[in-house]
Amino acid sequence: MIHPSQEYALDPKRAKQVLKELGPETGRKFLETMYTIRAFEEKAEELYGLGKVHGTMHLSIGQEASAVGTSNAVRKGYDYLLNHHRGHGHCIAWGSDIDRMMAEFMGKETGFCRGRGGSMHIADIENNNLGAQGIVAGSLPISVGVGLSIKLRQTDQICLVIFGDGGSNEGAFHESLNMASIWKLPVLFLCENNQYGMSMSVKRSMNIENIADRGASYGIPSRIYDGNDVLAVYDAVKWAADTIRSGKGPVLLEAKTYRWRGHSKSDRQLYRTREELKEWQALDPIPRFAARLVEAGYLKDSDVETIRAGAYQTIENAVAYAEASPEPDVATLMEGIYA
Amino acid sequence: MLEKFPVNPPAPEGRVITCVEALREGLRQLMEQDPSIFLIGEDIGVYGGAFGVTAGLVDQFGEERVRDTPISEAALTGACVGSALTGMHPIGEMQFSDFVVLAMEQLVMQAAKIRFMFGGKASVPMVMRLAAGSGTGAAAQHSENLENWFVHVPGLKVVMPSNAYEAKGLLVSAVYDGNPVMFFENKLMYKTSCAVPEELYSIPLGKANVARAGKDLTIVATSIMVQRSLEAARQLAAEGIELEVVDPRTLNPLDDETLVNSVIKTGKLLIVHEAVQTGGFGGEVAARIAASPAFGYLEAPIRRLGGKDMPIPYNRNLEKHAVPQVEDIVEEARKLVRGAY
Repeated sequence: MIHPSQEYALDPKRAKQVLKELGPETGRKFLETMYTIRAFEEKAEELYGLGKVHGTMHLSIGQEASAVGTSNAVRKGYDYLLNHHRGHGHCIAWGSDIDRMMAEFMGKETGFCRGRGGSMHIADIENNNLGAQGIVAGSLPISVGVGLSIKLRQTDQICLVIFGDGGSNEGAFHESLNMASIWKLPVLFLCENNQYGMSMSVKRSMNIENIADRGASYGIPSRIYDGNDVLAVYDAVKWAADTIRSGKGPVLLEAKTYRWRGHSKSDRQLYRTREELKEWQALDPIPRFAARLVEAGYLKDSDVETIRAGAYQTIENAVAYAEASPEPDVATLMEGIYA
Repeated sequence: MLEKFPVNPPAPEGRVITCVEALREGLRQLMEQDPSIFLIGEDIGVYGGAFGVTAGLVDQFGEERVRDTPISEAALTGACVGSALTGMHPIGEMQFSDFVVLAMEQLVMQAAKIRFMFGGKASVPMVMRLAAGSGTGAAAQHSENLENWFVHVPGLKVVMPSNAYEAKGLLVSAVYDGNPVMFFENKLMYKTSCAVPEELYSIPLGKANVARAGKDLTIVATSIMVQRSLEAARQLAAEGIELEVVDPRTLNPLDDETLVNSVIKTGKLLIVHEAVQTGGFGGEVAARIAASPAFGYLEAPIRRLGGKDMPIPYNRNLEKHAVPQVEDIVEEARKLVRGAY
C-alpha cells in the first residue's frame, strides 16, 4: 500500500520548479517558520507539564508544512483567515506576533485576546486573522459571510477557512459549500485531514476515500496533496487562490497529513498504533524540506542548525515576554462583551 | 450613526400603517441611506418573505442586497456573522422563529462570543429578524416563542417590539447597535396598525415604555401581549381599575429602573408573555423586582401569566387556550387588584 501522503506527492520536476520560483530567501524563511511552529508547540507542551498554563491545547506537531505552505500562498493580512482549534501553526505562519500569541496562551493581558480566549481562540483582527474556533466546522458558515462581504464590497480579497477531517462531517460544512458555490464566493475551503477527529479515524467516519471528493457534490473544484511537503502545499494553495481570484468561485483543498500528539491533553491514544505514528514521523515535513534546501544548494547543513536554534530562541523570548506580562485585572472581568 | 435620527418622535396623526408596512418602510429607508446594509433570508426576494415584510424590496435593491438563500439556516446566519465581522450590516430573516434551532451554533457560539473571546477587538453588528408566536394555526413547529433562550446568552441583545411604531424605531437602533441583535416580530402583530412617522427615527434599546399609566396594578408585558394588556386595561377601567402597562421593549438590556418605579407606584405586579411560563422571561422580571427596593412596596404576590407549559396545538380553539388572551389578563388582573392572592 502506498502511504496516503505519498500517494499525492508532488511531481519531482514540479517540486524543483516551485522551489526555484520561491528562491533561497523564501525557502529559508519557510524552514525557519516551520521550526518556529515546532518550537512553539513543544514549549506549549512543556509549559503545561510545568503547570504554568491551565486549560487544554491542541498541538500541530507534524503538520507544520500545511500551515507554512498555506499562509504564504495567499496575501497574509490582506486576505482573511478563519482558523481551527489546532491553530497555533496557522497564526505563526500568518505572521501574527509570537510574543502576543504566547501571552494569550499563558492567559496574560498583553495576549491577542487579553487572556480571554486562550490557546483555542487566538485572533489577530488587525491583520485579518479572524480567529480560531472551538466548535468543529463553526467557521465554515462564517466564511460564507466573509466571502459575501468581499463580494458586496467588491475587493479582490479571498477568505481562507481551514478545518479538519472531522469538520467535513458536520451539516455546516455542506450548507456552507453549497451556499459559497451558488454565489461563487471567494472562499478557499481547506481541509487538513490529519486522519482522526479526536479518536475517530476517517476510515470509520466516512464511506469515501477523500474529503475533496465532496466538492463535486457542490460543483466545487478540488485538489488533494501531500500535506507534509511544504512545496506541494504551496503549489496547491497557490492554484486554488488563483482560481478563486479569477472569479470562478470557491475551491476545496485536502491536505493529507497527521498529528503526532494526541487530540488534546487528555488523549491516551488508544485508537492508533505506534507503527502508524512511526510511519508518519518518517515523513516529518521539517527535515524533508531542509534536505531539499541543502540539495538545491540554498543552504548548508550548518545553516539548518542555525535556523533551528534561532527559532527555538524566538520562542524562549516569547515566553520571557509572556511571563513578564501582567495578569488581567479582575476589575476588567466584564469588559468586551458588548460593543 | 444613530445620532442623525430623531429619538422617539411623536407619531403624526392620520399616518396609520401596519407593522409589516412599518418594518418594510424602515428596511427600505435604512438601505437607501447605507450601502453596508443588506437583507438575507429564505424567500425574501420575489416571494417577499413568508409574511410579506420584504415585498418589493428586491425590485428596488436587486438580488445582491435582498438575497434569497437555500434552506440553510446555519449558513445564512453564518453569512450574517462573517459579513458583520468584516464591515457590513446584515439583516437576516428567520422565516419562522422556530427554525432558529437550526442556527443556534452560529448565534450562541459565534455571534454572541466573538467579541468577548477575541478580547473586545472584533464586533458583529448584525440583526436577526424572527417571526414568532402562535395564533395562525401553524401548530407546534411554526409557533414558538423562544426569546428567553437568547436572554440567557451574554453577547446577544433581545428586542421585542409591540406595535408598528415601536418596530420601526427599534429596528433602526438594532441595526446600528454594533452588537448581534435578536429582533422578535410577533406574527399577529404584523397586521395591527398605528400611527408611524414617515422618516427614520430611533427608539433606544434598554429603555422601557410606560404604554399606559395607572395606579392599581403594574402589568409588564412583551410583544403582542402589550396590545392585549392595553385592551384589558380599557375593559377594567369601566370597573374603576386603573392598570399601568409597561413594555420593556428590550429583554436584554432590561430597563430595571422603569419597572421598579412602576411597581413602587402601584404595589402590585403581573407579568404577561406568550412564551411558555416555566423558564420564561417572567421569572427574571419577578426575581429582579423581588430583589429591588420595590419589594417593600408589594401588597400582593407577584403573578405571572404565560403560555401554558405545552407545545402549541393546531385546533383553533385549543390554540387560543394555550396562550394568554385578553379575557385571561382581565381576570388575572382583577383577582390581583381585588386581593384574591
